[in-house]
Amino acid sequence: MSEQNEVVIDNQLVRNRANERYKEGFYTDIESVTIPPGLNEETIRLISAKKKEPEWLLEYRLNAYREWLKMPTPDWAKLKVPEIDFQAISYYSSPKTKAENAPKSLDEVDPKILETYEKLGVPLHERERLAGVAVDAVFDSVSVGTTFRKELAEAGVIFCSFSEAVQDHPELVREHLGTVVPPRDNYFAALNAAVFSDGSFVYIPKDTRCPMELSTYFRINANHTGQFERTLIIAEPGSHVSYLEGCTAPMRDENQLHAAVVELIAKDEANIKYSTVQNWYPGDEDGKGGIYNFVTKRGNCAGKNSKISWTQVETGSAITWKYPSCILRGDNSSGEFYSVALTNNYQQADTGTKMIHLGKNTKSTIISKGISVGKSQNSYRGLVRVAKRADHAKNFTQCDSLLIGKECGAHTFPYTESANMTAQVEHEATTSKISEDQMNYCLQRGIPEEEAISLIVDGFCKQVFKELPMEFAVEAKALLDVSLEGAIG
Amino acid sequence: MLEIKNIHAKAGDKDILKNLNLTVKPGEVHAIMGPNGSGKSTLGNLLAGMPHVQATEGSVSFKGKDLLELEPEERAGEGVFLAFQYPVEIPGVNNMYFLRTAYNAQRKYRGQDGIDSAGFMRMVKDKIKQLHMKDDLLKRPVNVGFSGGEKKRNEVFQMAVLEPTLAILDETDSGLDIDALKIVADGVNQLRSEDRSFIIITHYQRLLDYIEPDYVHVLADGEIVKSGTKKLALELEEQGYGWLDV
Ligand SMILES: Nc1ncnc2c1ncn2[C@@H]1O[C@H](COP(=O)(O)OP(=O)(O)OP(=O)(O)O)[C@@H](O)[C@H]1O
Ligand SMILES: [Mg+2]
Repeated sequence: MSEQNEVVIDNQLVRNRANERYKEGFYTDIESVTIPPGLNEETIRLISAKKKEPEWLLEYRLNAYREWLKMPTPDWAKLKVPEIDFQAISYYSSPKTKAENAPKSLDEVDPKILETYEKLGVPLHERERLAGVAVDAVFDSVSVGTTFRKELAEAGVIFCSFSEAVQDHPELVREHLGTVVPPRDNYFAALNAAVFSDGSFVYIPKDTRCPMELSTYFRINANHTGQFERTLIIAEPGSHVSYLEGCTAPMRDENQLHAAVVELIAKDEANIKYSTVQNWYPGDEDGKGGIYNFVTKRGNCAGKNSKISWTQVETGSAITWKYPSCILRGDNSSGEFYSVALTNNYQQADTGTKMIHLGKNTKSTIISKGISVGKSQNSYRGLVRVAKRADHAKNFTQCDSLLIGKECGAHTFPYTESANMTAQVEHEATTSKISEDQMNYCLQRGIPEEEAISLIVDGFCKQVFKELPMEFAVEAKALLDVSLEGAIG
Repeated sequence: MLEIKNIHAKAGDKDILKNLNLTVKPGEVHAIMGPNGSGKSTLGNLLAGMPHVQATEGSVSFKGKDLLELEPEERAGEGVFLAFQYPVEIPGVNNMYFLRTAYNAQRKYRGQDGIDSAGFMRMVKDKIKQLHMKDDLLKRPVNVGFSGGEKKRNEVFQMAVLEPTLAILDETDSGLDIDALKIVADGVNQLRSEDRSFIIITHYQRLLDYIEPDYVHVLADGEIVKSGTKKLALELEEQGYGWLDV
């Protein structure tokens, strides 16, 4: 687009941030109610009872659990995943105040929690809120508050925690839940369907442009717990919404599991833009600790001329397994995937997308930028499938990898399956190192090595960064700089 | 300002410069000419601290400091600027942003405060106007898709913004049309001052019609084989390097 949209980020701000190494790694000492570790049908009944769920939802969970028991752990990704002891994890933890009496207003939220979000740069208070961004704050297993509810309600937009949606809009939840990612879809989706605790729910009515950005900030705080959240976004015909997701966790030696499911539904002419800045604790320089991030994100472009766009900046987690995808069902619908995945130290990422072209004249764009530093391994895995009746489907894929250092790896696994002769599928891939010439050029101009790497990496990611809302772009750039720490030498 | 004494240097693992001596005083313009492969760029790279060039003998002092001891970015901070013979492309990095990063990094090195983007923008727009260049060059990624001439002009533009004390121009005139050549020469002449020196590497006397050098040196096989005034460049233009017996 025009040059004015170009993201030029103030380096000072970035530098300030970069000096604080995983500053989100603190722990909030708060009384919480955590159920004992272990997973069986009783656990699921307990979670469901805590949430006062209707019978159908409990059944949904139990069915998913029974499916899950029968499924093998997936092993096709280029990841070394240590065996996860599902019995050692607690599946539900919530701050005490919340558990006993769910606050309806933010005034009732424990000040320590408010303070936590403030420290994370996401103030929830009326006075200091981020302008133009409504936030749903998820703390361990529960949503602790959602801002700007009134303003959104006036526009007819529903933005609340998943649990509230189950209570207040059960028919909407029941109609759409699991329609994009069925419980049987994969191992981690099945697990999530069985034990999910909270997440966000968004409903944009017909012909409505959501008046502000919606966002969810996921925070894992308690130890020995997993976070299993569920997000559902429904965009009625002709509606528009932009949704942001951020996440952090304390620094710990243990590995913690995060297995989320996100479902997006875009009806005729609807438009959903979903952006993620994923900054789960990545583990330390020796590969100790960090979040295992197994996420299923999928959007259904159900209606004609609908559009779903995924943008992700993945810098955190010890292991990332994530393929935000689009099912392009409606004629003329389009899907986009813009991704920056940076791995450092011993981090492993296997991420990419699936674009499933079912409707005629459907279009998909994939721009993936992988950056590997240290001893990390970074893989792009993508599938473009064109069904028989998807006449004139079009895909463009560009996968670029940047290696910093000699011990890291970048891998690309693009798969294409086309059953229609009129399909146009284009794929470009590059792997490069930061060239010595580029480095020398920067140095000669007086730019020190660390700043030069950050500058070159920023340039490498530009195509993706410009898809992010401005506040997020700044955050993303800062994160990248923190994550690049130690890239030299 | 600059004193190169008895320098021997390697490019990669090849010995290139041999017993090279050169003194540049503040305000002087020195032209360096010489056949392809004689070591002109190697000299520029040595002064700028490019890692593939290493001195094996001799010394270089710059404003009283041992230049060879300084890191390349420190040399830049001290005021050494090299306009590269082959400017490098940096995809996705906005030219203006790159330059501001450089500008502020150099200021920081000198213990000065950085300049904000609005202030920098104003300064840069002024420079562009003075240099009779077009400002669309600011918005584009560093050298990406620039024509040969545009790249060279961009180097001169960067020089004008960074205001070095020692500017080394490595064949900045090569591949320029006559208008561009005037623009480049004009850029240098505008910057000429009592306390700023230039080393201008060129193959063509033509440039020296516009930028009058105080001295002309001929570099052959890693050594300065002849030094003189502007007249030397004219003789070289007419007779080539053969008569120097190199
Ligand atoms: N990194 C390197 N490793 C090995 N040899 C090198 C390296 N860099 C330059 N050289 C060699 O050093 C010699 C001098 O090169 P240099 O670039 O300094 O010449 P020059 O005088 O600038 O030539 P031109 O007029 O063609 O620009 C050449 O033979 C070149 O091949
Ligand atoms: Mg040369």
